[in-house]
Amino acid sequence: MIDIVGNRKWFFLISICLLVPGIISMLAFGFKLGIDFSSGTVMTLRFSQQVEQGVLRQQMAQLGYDDATIQKTSEGDFLVRTRDINSDEKVALIDGLEKGLNTDVTIRDLETVSPVVASEVARNAAIAVLVASIFMILYIAFAFRHMPSPFKWGFSAVIALLHDVLIVMGIFSILGWLIGYQVDSMFIVAMLTIVGFAINNTCVVYDRIRENVRKGISRDFAVTVNSSILETIARCVNTSLVVILTGLALFLFGGVTIQQFIMALLVGVLVGIYDSIFVAGPLLVLWDRGLKTESKAA
Amino acid sequence: MKTSDTLLLLFIAVLVGFSIWAIVPLEGDRFGRQGLTLGLDLKGGAYLVYEADLSKKDPSQTVDQVMTSVLNKIERRANAFGVKEPIIQRQGENRILVQLPGEKNVDEAKKLIGQVALLEFKETTTDISGQPQTDDKGGYIWTIATGVGSDGQTKELTGKYLKPNSRVELKSNTNEPEVAFEWNDEGAILFEQITKRNINKPLGIFLDGQLISYPTVRAVIKSAGIIEGMDMKEAQNLAIQLNSGSLDVPLTVILEQTVDATLGADSIKKSVVAGAIGIILVILFMILYYRMAGVVAALALIIYGIILTAIFKLVPVTLTMAGIAAGVVSIGMAVDANILIFERMKEELRAGRTMGAAVDAGFNRAWLAIRDSNVTTFIACIVLFWFGDTFGAFMVKGFALTLFIGVALSMFTAITVSRLLLSLTARAVKNTWLYGVKA
Repeated sequence: MIDIVGNRKWFFLISICLLVPGIISMLAFGFKLGIDFSSGTVMTLRFSQQVEQGVLRQQMAQLGYDDATIQKTSEGDFLVRTRDINSDEKVALIDGLEKGLNTDVTIRDLETVSPVVASEVARNAAIAVLVASIFMILYIAFAFRHMPSPFKWGFSAVIALLHDVLIVMGIFSILGWLIGYQVDSMFIVAMLTIVGFAINNTCVVYDRIRENVRKGISRDFAVTVNSSILETIARCVNTSLVVILTGLALFLFGGVTIQQFIMALLVGVLVGIYDSIFVAGPLLVLWDRGLKTESKAA
Repeated sequence: MKTSDTLLLLFIAVLVGFSIWAIVPLEGDRFGRQGLTLGLDLKGGAYLVYEADLSKKDPSQTVDQVMTSVLNKIERRANAFGVKEPIIQRQGENRILVQLPGEKNVDEAKKLIGQVALLEFKETTTDISGQPQTDDKGGYIWTIATGVGSDGQTKELTGKYLKPNSRVELKSNTNEPEVAFEWNDEGAILFEQITKRNINKPLGIFLDGQLISYPTVRAVIKSAGIIEGMDMKEAQNLAIQLNSGSLDVPLTVILEQTVDATLGADSIKKSVVAGAIGIILVILFMILYYRMAGVVAALALIIYGIILTAIFKLVPVTLTMAGIAAGVVSIGMAVDANILIFERMKEELRAGRTMGAAVDAGFNRAWLAIRDSNVTTFIACIVLFWFGDTFGAFMVKGFALTLFIGVALSMFTAITVSRLLLSLTARAVKNTWLYGVKA
């Protein structure tokens, strides 16, 4: 039998290896915020002639947008982000680009968020996350009410969730300065969805542990937890695999509009699988052992 | 077959039949719905949030009166501009959400809709000799033109005394566009007095404080007039604005999202391809891994897809890119229910139960897990839906709504379609290998 619980130190080590770089990145660089949190204008521009990114950057600088960020999309368009500009400024900018680069410019999409709205969105997002967290913790408390010690189980589940959330946030912080991935309101949406998913998986594993404790399959709690994890492993992996398959199809073929969102979902689901198999259960055992050692010591 | 199974089969058959009828052809008219309702990111158009500066409102009017009036005027302007099915809603105290689906000329529409368009008439100040005064640069010095109204009060002459029938005409000799307008009774009284005392002097016509033309008054005019000095587009827009009336307070755009229709069409194509590939992968995986039960899951998934599309069309649910992503995630959840049942079933089979008993036990035990595991998703959806509603992020709302519907439907299909199909196949095919368990 594969011993997941027995090797928990190694799995915790892997978690730490996943967590630490992300946390360092978050502390050192923070996040690249989307315009819905930090205000500004983002445009997807398509040029009728081939334009080099450097040339475009120069032209933008000449037009007074030297702090604009410019990214080439996988479809050959350019994603241009500036401070928030109004209609007249936009017309002047496009005009300047067309004349300066000698090409036609089509604005494929444009989004402008003023600072007033951005600060509200950021505040509302924080409130939404808080409200969702409260309800989810209440739900966990409710779902685990029949467990031998609801607090211990609920607390372990929440730690496992935080583990997921921190890893995904860390990865996005790193992707932010590597390839310009942004944290915006859709990222928050992805995180809440991931948390929903991870709670499902953790619930299924814990549910099985509870069932097996009742059946009394082993005196050793660690053994019970280990076989419960192995019994539910197929379900956890398969469910997530299905989401990963469809998500991957969307990521690869669904266009750039929602690529970052899908990326957040994919990373989250992957981390969720890891968490529900290698972290959530072993965490319970760790807690259990810890308490026992303490009671022996006392 | 059990009576309950027969009834269930009948129910599902009717439901699926109805759904297919509803969505084939997709563009066909069913209960007044034609095709799927697409969001702005899929069909192109603009999503604008304006903020009204209420500090500039007439103190005698309440905030609600002002906002209602502005909303009505915006609606009239959007319709006159030719936007198909504009959506205009008040948000909170002082915001207005304007959606212009499918609109290609967003910049112009935006300007037309959000401009105050206050038309004013001004006369020149005169020196002692009665000649118009000029400033250092030779420009006239304008002062607002007033007259005594029918009630004996002194009134400023503005666009509010116009009849709502201004129109664009072409000047007969030069073919230049001009806007012809008519005064109402009160306006005619004022205009008569003003033209009378300004004969052979210029009369300035101002739009939002900007001088657009200053024709010289040749005769006393009562009821009508023209405004020149604009190109065709400006003239058309001015006519629309004069007819709708000037906005009571100035507006500024605080949030804008504009999507080109070609990008929208691209996105639809791509997500259809991606969705199809995703579903095929899932079906392949399910059949390879769960064999017979996988075939059942594939069938259940197809039925799920048909009913979901019918719901999207008939409700109608506005589809966005985020909504499509949610739909894809919900496929995962729909399959999840089947996986839970199958895994339980396999365990029961391994424990030596008969097929029928294994299906029943597998289903009954899995149901609790299915129900519990979806609660958190519902919580997330409800919070997100509320969160998405507090401001203009339609992506967020679209995702939450679609995911909610998808997950709710997946629970429904799990307890009806999957259960029935499984118990039917279990009766017909008894080979446990086909269910992924060694015989």
